[in-house]
Amino acid sequence: MMRYILPLILFLILSVFLYKGLGRDTREVPSPLIGKAAPAFSLPILYEPARQFSPKEMLGRVWLLNMWASWCEACKDEHPVLMEFATRKVLPIVGVDYKDKREDGIATLKKAGDPYDTVIADVDGKAGFDYGVYGVPETYVIDKKGVIRYKQIGPVTPQNLRDTLLPLISELQAK
Amino acid sequence: MKFLFIALICLLPAFSFAGVAKDIADDPVLESRMIHLAEKVRCLVCQSEPVSTSHSEWSQDVRNIMRDKMKAGATDQEILDMLVERFGKSVLYDPPVDNETMPLWGAPFVMLLLGGVFLYVQLKRRRSRVAEAVLTIQDEQRAATLLNESAPIQSDSSNFPHPNPDGTTSHSTKPASGQVAGYLPEGEGTNESLRGLHVKDTQA
Repeated sequence: MMRYILPLILFLILSVFLYKGLGRDTREVPSPLIGKAAPAFSLPILYEPARQFSPKEMLGRVWLLNMWASWCEACKDEHPVLMEFATRKVLPIVGVDYKDKREDGIATLKKAGDPYDTVIADVDGKAGFDYGVYGVPETYVIDKKGVIRYKQIGPVTPQNLRDTLLPLISELQAK
Repeated sequence: MKFLFIALICLLPAFSFAGVAKDIADDPVLESRMIHLAEKVRCLVCQSEPVSTSHSEWSQDVRNIMRDKMKAGATDQEILDMLVERFGKSVLYDPPVDNETMPLWGAPFVMLLLGGVFLYVQLKRRRSRVAEAVLTIQDEQRAATLLNESAPIQSDSSNFPHPNPDGTTSHSTKPASGQVAGYLPEGEGTNESLRGLHVKDTQA
């Protein structure tokens, strides 16, 4: 009897592992930045290159940092979600135009709409590198003390906005 | 004229070079040190390739940052630490042994242990399935003559009593010294003619 049951059990265990592996995106590496202070930078505003933006300015507020680019296809899927979210005025959204030509970034926002309170130009991607970006879009939730609390790899969808981001944001805002 | 035209066409490739960004340091020592270090770093965009050989833009950035840091006097370890700080331990092909990576490093040993236990149990079960051979005096004498031995074969008392595969212990009631129990694996006998004495469980 055992000789029939044992392979079955082994098969079931293996199936669980394989099934779990199916739904996983291997590109989603857990970010070591969560729970750490958001890396400092000082970068020009997309529309006004003479003015600089630094994450310090956002201290005391919960805010969203969204990395995007005009050349990024997944960002086009994410864009309407951010547009809708911005109308709700839940929290300030800061966009980072990652490794992009300034005029391309501006053109994209002109055409599709601008959901951001501030847009920064990270032309050479140095700030993105400090934030552990290796593909866009990526979105960070940063708390009142300037600590990264969550990192979303890949586009923000209505589902994860509702299930993950919004509960976390209201929790952080209540603190 | 025709010849000139063909010659001109042949020259065309010389004008076709693209103005790609330089992805190499001026200092060959620094470049080889950088490549050596980049071999230890996983390209997160292409997954199965080290940063040293990847053509992805992200890997190019990492290589450039490595060069800059090296020029600024950073040690290899400092550069790796900097990468781990931003991208996590999975960026290294050889992640450090700590609480988080313990399952990864420990799994092969756990597997080995499980395999060992399985092998032990299997061998034990196999042993208990081997039949006891109950030899008569005649058999024993025949064996003795075949082996050209003058002394009678001593039975190994430590092997007694072994239950029969059918659960009975027929010979254990009479572990006479004139009986020989044992199992010789096929092919290990030194004497070919001893084959006849090899008794195996036919039920197995």
